[in-house]
Amino acid sequence: MLELLWLIPALPLAGFVSLVIAGRRLPRQGVAFIGAGSVGVSAVLAMLISISFIGSPPAGRAFSQTLWTWMEVAGLKAGISFVLDPLSLIMILVITFVGFLIHLYSVEYMREDEGYGRFFSYMNLFVGSMLTLVLADNLLLLYLGWEGVGLCSYLLIGFWYKDPENGRAGNKAFIVTRVGDVALAAGIFLLYTHFRTLQIQELMQQVLLQWKTGSVLATAAALLFLGGAIGKSAQVPLQTWLPDAMAGPTPVSALIHAATMVTAGVYLIARTNVLFSLSPLAMSVVAVVGAATLLLAGCSALVQRDIKRVLAYSTISQIGYMFLALGVGAWSAAIFHFMVHAFFKALLFLGAGVVIAGLGHERDIFRMGGLRRRLPYVFWTFLAGAASLSSIPLVTAGFYSKEFILSQVWISPSGGAALWLAGLTGAFLTSLYTFRMVFLVFYGEEKTKVSGNKSLSLTVPLFVLALLSITGGFFETPRTLGGLSFFTDFMRTALPLLHPLNSASSELPLQMIASLVSLAGVWSAYLLFLRHRTFSEGVASSGAGNLLHRFWSAGWGFDWLYDRVIVRPFLWIARVNKDDFIDLVYGGTAWYSEQAHRFLSFTQSGNLRWYAAMLAFGAVVFIALVVAV
Amino acid sequence: MNSVSGEFGLLLSGILFALGLTGVIIRRNIIFILMSVEIMLNAAGLAFVVAAARWHQPDGQVMFIFILAMAAAEVSVGLALVLRFVRCFGTLDADAAGKMRG
Repeated sequence: MLELLWLIPALPLAGFVSLVIAGRRLPRQGVAFIGAGSVGVSAVLAMLISISFIGSPPAGRAFSQTLWTWMEVAGLKAGISFVLDPLSLIMILVITFVGFLIHLYSVEYMREDEGYGRFFSYMNLFVGSMLTLVLADNLLLLYLGWEGVGLCSYLLIGFWYKDPENGRAGNKAFIVTRVGDVALAAGIFLLYTHFRTLQIQELMQQVLLQWKTGSVLATAAALLFLGGAIGKSAQVPLQTWLPDAMAGPTPVSALIHAATMVTAGVYLIARTNVLFSLSPLAMSVVAVVGAATLLLAGCSALVQRDIKRVLAYSTISQIGYMFLALGVGAWSAAIFHFMVHAFFKALLFLGAGVVIAGLGHERDIFRMGGLRRRLPYVFWTFLAGAASLSSIPLVTAGFYSKEFILSQVWISPSGGAALWLAGLTGAFLTSLYTFRMVFLVFYGEEKTKVSGNKSLSLTVPLFVLALLSITGGFFETPRTLGGLSFFTDFMRTALPLLHPLNSASSELPLQMIASLVSLAGVWSAYLLFLRHRTFSEGVASSGAGNLLHRFWSAGWGFDWLYDRVIVRPFLWIARVNKDDFIDLVYGGTAWYSEQAHRFLSFTQSGNLRWYAAMLAFGAVVFIALVVAV
Repeated sequence: MNSVSGEFGLLLSGILFALGLTGVIIRRNIIFILMSVEIMLNAAGLAFVVAAARWHQPDGQVMFIFILAMAAAEVSVGLALVLRFVRCFGTLDADAAGKMRG
């Protein structure tokens, strides 16, 4: 069974190739069948493989498969080879399963779109690249997948390319993530020049043998990898591209910019956890970046008007939680939160997509309202996702994953009270902005006429994801609540564990505080945005409130800052540089060939007698040359 | 038999060739251009005959027969082209065909 591993990324890639070749000629059902079917079969295969992996684990709890040697030049050897261990197993399960549900949703959601075949071919390429990324057993193949998902992200953000704004958003996403990718490439070069290998397992063993804790090289390599992760996962200071990436179709936002691609950075750090644990400095940077991001993005999410931008900032903030967990060494907590986040955030985006489409492409939450009665199935599923995002105690998956992160932050030697408080504040902000959205969209009076689409391929993904958002967390519960640890036990061979120092009873007060804070966020949202709307509007329109509102709404001015500090000086240099002497060489060449062209085209007069005279003249010159020489 | 010296024959051939070439270049009437080409061909033929007489070889005469046959073929093709030309442009002026300007 495990030998079929290669089919999992190969099937979506085959779907991509066949859609590129035949997409225009196929009817829509054919496109949908290939596009969603290839990912669906991958999901089934991934499930069968995981059953066989758990049932009879291979030696060393890792299975590797080499398809062929990609390149072998002067000692540099990289293969198209995959490795399946608990970490990559969780990743492929989430990617194929959530990916399939989103493909199924897109079959209906994109029905009217003229670029139907193009959409599914890009989506399949994305799923194939993402699976390559997480299954790769060497850094070069990982980088191939890394760039592949970046390309698909760019293509799908600018999917509706006729509006230049969408193309600009795509460019922004591509260029900003490229900044991080350069750092990642430099990190890979650094590791290769030292260890002469690209195999991740071998590299990690060598790193452990040769580099001491806190050595400069380990810190440099870890920070370079962190740079790549920050760009891909939209963390401070490279987070500016993700809110603009909402220009793409909603299923794209759900799949790429919420569930899978943006968490590639989390995967990268978890995969190279040995390297990171050698560098306390890099670890604290990861934790601080995560904490800062979750607070900044949480504040920004609080004041957005566009429902998709609220969700985008929320995604940035939740990935901040994952980085916080990674930074304190709680690797499996980060991956656990990744999994749960993939369920509820995909669900929230898909629900928002139905609302947006039903209101005739209205994305402003202040013009929605009262949709609870009109779209009950969206309301209940959205509520399940929102509850999970706000980590409502006991009943939601988000509670268990966030609780896991917070308790690990508290007990970790590199964590501490300050980071824990940041996480707690973030939890309050999360439930506040989440339920602000829920109350504004689904409660209150109706403001815009709505038409609900109830076809099965839209509702089934919503219900399945809602079920997962509620129940997906019961694999891993705190010790005060039964202490189930299926997830961490499963991950143990791939990701080292933090062992709690204190007893279970001392966790209880912390959990009570965290739960109360989440509920307080919901209650404040109820008071501010449903009960006493005038009060919150009054605060927002007062002098200081207005200023803060605008500042947060613009994402803490990062775009403004980058525009002044990087974009404009760069454009200025480019403009000044346009006429330097190097350009004169090329410009001069062009000018001379243009003059020569003018002269030669003058001889092509079309005049027969002129041609005859030139012929005679040429013959005379030629004969004279022959005779003279 | 009093023979004309070879130099005069070649000189005559050269003059005829130059006259023909001048005609091709300066004449605008396409019939006259064709006739000028004939003069150039005959000038070349004359040069062959003179050379044959100079070295007492028959090859030059044979060459002249070839040139005659070639000239006959050239005239038939040329006249057909002239007919098409007149049909197309309604004139004999060669410059009328100068439409393909670079």
